[in-house]
Amino acid sequence: MSTAAAKRVRQQIMPWLITAVLLALWEILTRASGVSNVVLPPPSEIGQAMIRYHALITQHALQTLLTTMIGFALALAAGILIGLAIGASSEVYRGVYPLLVAFNAIPKVALIPLFVLWCGIGAIPAVLTAFTLALFPIVVNVATGVATIEPEMEDVMRSLGARRDEILVKVGIPRAMPYLFASLKVAITLAFVGSVISETVASNDGIGFLLMGAAARFEVSLVFAGLVVVAIMAVVAYAICEYVETRMAHWAFRARAG
Amino acid sequence: MNLQLVSAPTPMAAPELARGEPHVALRNVSLVYGGGDDQTLAVDRVTMQVAKGEFVAVVGPSGCGKSTLMKLVTGLLPATTGGVAVDGRVVDRPIKGVGMAFQNSTLMPWRTTLRNVMLPLEIVQPFKRERRRRRSEHVARAERLLESVGLGGFGRKYPWELSGGMQQRANLCRALVHEPRLLMLDEPFAALDAFTREELWGVMQDLWMRQRFSAVLVTHDLREAVYLADTVYVMSKRPGRIIHERRVNLPRPRTLAGSFEPEFIGIVHGLRDKISEARA
Repeated sequence: MSTAAAKRVRQQIMPWLITAVLLALWEILTRASGVSNVVLPPPSEIGQAMIRYHALITQHALQTLLTTMIGFALALAAGILIGLAIGASSEVYRGVYPLLVAFNAIPKVALIPLFVLWCGIGAIPAVLTAFTLALFPIVVNVATGVATIEPEMEDVMRSLGARRDEILVKVGIPRAMPYLFASLKVAITLAFVGSVISETVASNDGIGFLLMGAAARFEVSLVFAGLVVVAIMAVVAYAICEYVETRMAHWAFRARAG
Repeated sequence: MNLQLVSAPTPMAAPELARGEPHVALRNVSLVYGGGDDQTLAVDRVTMQVAKGEFVAVVGPSGCGKSTLMKLVTGLLPATTGGVAVDGRVVDRPIKGVGMAFQNSTLMPWRTTLRNVMLPLEIVQPFKRERRRRRSEHVARAERLLESVGLGGFGRKYPWELSGGMQQRANLCRALVHEPRLLMLDEPFAALDAFTREELWGVMQDLWMRQRFSAVLVTHDLREAVYLADTVYVMSKRPGRIIHERRVNLPRPRTLAGSFEPEFIGIVHGLRDKISEARA
């Protein structure tokens, strides 16, 4: 095996190795220190809880996955439209941007009571919370991509006689694509945060609800099992977004690599 | 800054029509940037003409408003005073179908070189109307043009896969694919190394001799100006004024070897002296 190939293999193994080492340390330390399972259960306990409650966990995880994905999809559609509208016109950009920043500064948890008031408890507040959290990074990135067209590029287009909508379609949108795909990774993670938080206070379904219930019953290994499942779903979704990013805007990556 | 000079119209000089019908005419054109106390006079009472099919170069110290002049001609910037006319019509908005090439090639990284070159055909009429029906013709046209600048077979590459010189060749192709009657060049070769630059002068001259568009080249390279242009205008430092006009009557096609002949060098030195005066 060449050294380059060996290095690649080493790089791929590294994250797994570090995870394994951390889990082993955790296991050893919790057992050696004799800390109670109700405070911090060792990984083996958490694993057992995952197996024991797998039907329950799966049911709630699917619910969380569903609300997250719906919220994310809505944020994607709305984010692209709002981002294009904002980025395409400097007046709209200047007018709406402060509002967006203010909107983003509101802690989204504070909106959940409103959502409950409007829609009742359940899946809808979770979807809405995921949506509001995921929306901002998408809007900002798309708007930035469109608004930062090089002035020379715009001069070329204008001197060819291109209309504003033609400049948007031929330059603005393709240019915004890498920005959009870069925002998806952030947005999908935030969408999970949103739906789980909402489920903890305003739902009878989902991982968030499972966590609250388990904690109330001092089933701490089940709490951790739920956290692990959310983390796994988020990592997988993140990886998918990253894959889509490199595939869809390959020119941005290769152009950067030179 | 005293701007009274701008607002007071000076009597217009009789238009010089010795070189045939003007394609582009600037009369006493001034441009003031900014407003209130923060005004800057960028271009000061410029009068110049570009005849049909003429190659004009504008040289001057950097920051003298050469690039501003290009935007004035194409209507991308409105003149503060004075008049710009193209084909006898007053320019009051961006004029359509002009070819443009800048120092950085502004090719779109998400399009292949061929699709970049074909961009004007998707925007400028009558090509836009026919772009579906005559697609293969348009592709052939772009490929021919790429071929003629030595980029045959590179159409499927992305711009970032090409060298700087190749990108600039593709850029020229994009500026010319719709056969504009007017080409604006803003230091298109400035970022290239000396050998590539001189090579591209030849490419540019070939394209011009074949298509015979009118061209305005902004540059600070005096040899480049003399190599390519029929008329060289020298601008002063800011506020930019035309301080000298020099006809270049060297025979075409001009060659690199020719650029070392005494006559060529004499013209370059003459221009250099004028620029030194302008900088003083």
